Amino acid sequence: MELTDLTVDAIRAGLVAREFSAEELVRATLERIDREDKSIRAYLTLSPERALAKALEIDRRVAAREELPPLAGVPAAVKDVLSTQGLRTTCASRILEHYIPPYDATTVERLEAAGASILGKTNCDEFAMGSSTENSGFFPTHNPRDLSRVPGGSSGGSAAAVASSLAAVALGSDTGGSIRQPASLTGVVGVMGTYGRVSRDGLVAFASSLDHVGPFGRTVVDVARVLGVIAGRDPLDWTSADVPVPDYLAELDQDVRGLKVGVPDEYFAGLSAEIGDNIQKGLDLFARLGLKIERIRMPHTEYAIACYYIICTAEASSNLARYDGVRYGFRETGAEELREMYRKTRDHGFGAEVKRRIMLGTYVLSSGYYEAYYRKAQNVRTLIARDLLEAFDEVDVIVTPTSPIPAFKLGERMDDPLQMYLADIYTVTASLAGVPGISVPCGLTRCPARLPVGMQIIAKHFDEARLLRVAHAFEKAGGFEIS
Amino acid sequence: MPLTEKDVRYVAALAHLELTEDEVRQFLPQLDAVLDHMQKLNQLDTSQVEPMAQVITPGAGAPPARLDQPRKTFSQEEALSNAPDTGAGCFRVPRVIERE
Repeated sequence: MELTDLTVDAIRAGLVAREFSAEELVRATLERIDREDKSIRAYLTLSPERALAKALEIDRRVAAREELPPLAGVPAAVKDVLSTQGLRTTCASRILEHYIPPYDATTVERLEAAGASILGKTNCDEFAMGSSTENSGFFPTHNPRDLSRVPGGSSGGSAAAVASSLAAVALGSDTGGSIRQPASLTGVVGVMGTYGRVSRDGLVAFASSLDHVGPFGRTVVDVARVLGVIAGRDPLDWTSADVPVPDYLAELDQDVRGLKVGVPDEYFAGLSAEIGDNIQKGLDLFARLGLKIERIRMPHTEYAIACYYIICTAEASSNLARYDGVRYGFRETGAEELREMYRKTRDHGFGAEVKRRIMLGTYVLSSGYYEAYYRKAQNVRTLIARDLLEAFDEVDVIVTPTSPIPAFKLGERMDDPLQMYLADIYTVTASLAGVPGISVPCGLTRCPARLPVGMQIIAKHFDEARLLRVAHAFEKAGGFEIS
Repeated sequence: MPLTEKDVRYVAALAHLELTEDEVRQFLPQLDAVLDHMQKLNQLDTSQVEPMAQVITPGAGAPPARLDQPRKTFSQEEALSNAPDTGAGCFRVPRVIERE
């Protein structure tokens, strides 16, 4: 095993035993990026000096036999929608190509305070709008499992970096599935906590009532460690919850026998056998572990995509009004008047998908359509959230596929936005309700051959401990390698 | 009622986007297909349902408003550091009053 393949626990043990230094680990990871990222293209910007400075600090603490922080020496990647002080933050958009934030996102600050070395900023769909990372304003990222395929999105760069050991862990953002879906398509673990569990301060806003920050890792233990570091109240984000953060690691190994797993009928109707067979084997494994499998109903599932895309585009059209070429970012030159400058800047600065979503959001909020679309979607959001909360009266967790399809070929789905949106069907419900979800690997497809399948586990608000415990039990029992 | 090119141009103007002819032609059927799918929500009677504007989680107390105290913020230099054009400590923009 290469140094760069180590988990967070193994890194810690290796540092303490002086088998390697944090500096050696960061240098090895940077060398691997130099070798392999030419074909994967997970990173948009590298920050080797920043990563090495943190590693040297950790090595000094090791030498002084100090207590090490929870992520000491861990090489980490950060999605380029999270602000990093002095380090270019583009949101994969031409409009922010040269933007240098004057402050760190709270999650970035907490990651570094916990001892992690930030190697760089990862590619994504522009402003996190997409499910394939092909909407990046710079270049697409390739799936490390098959370079002709997408890594999913929008946090495709973070997922690909972790899947190919170009980082041990990574931060992503999830608005309608943007952590869970790429985790599924690249065969890693990705978690979205409860809305408000993790601060959004410094996350460039896409849809504020749906945006989350969360971790990627290669094991459940690794994401549990990172979530424990970044979670918790932040005075800089009014929507961050004032709810104590439990010790996720302490609860990981507790018994799961007798827990009830809900399986929504609606999520399996029309699902391809390729994905469905793997999820069924996963459920069989849960049954062997002593969990009780129960069929449940989520009757409003078929309305989730329409509801989600009305709300997220409405919020996006408002949030992205700030890109006007005045205070930061790109400005198109040659305009003689202010509003002409706005229009030209926004037309040249934004890519096609961002424009489509701004147009959709503007339309659903415009006079004469507000009640029929936006208000209606808010009402339906109540019904969708109620489906989930009522299900949790009966069961402890809900298990679904993460994505109805495995990683698809680059370019294959770019011309049909609606088809791309419809593939978010399994992830948007948890986003709308604000409950936590995790995607864990659940075996490989047979045809097309050997592409990762992801299983999503959803839990109640602030029940991340149980979510992680169930996911860890699955991992320990060999669920990731089901075939 | 299907979306028209005129609708697309009207919405683009509201959003301060200057779309090219090609973009208008490309977006029209795409936006129309998505809006058509969104109409699906009208199948549901929501007259007795409260709207959900924000995730309100059971068990999470209302976050306290922060105290109204001065605190350190960006210097003028930092605030202007990413601006495309500045002058006299301000953001400089093209002419604001438009000609007819």
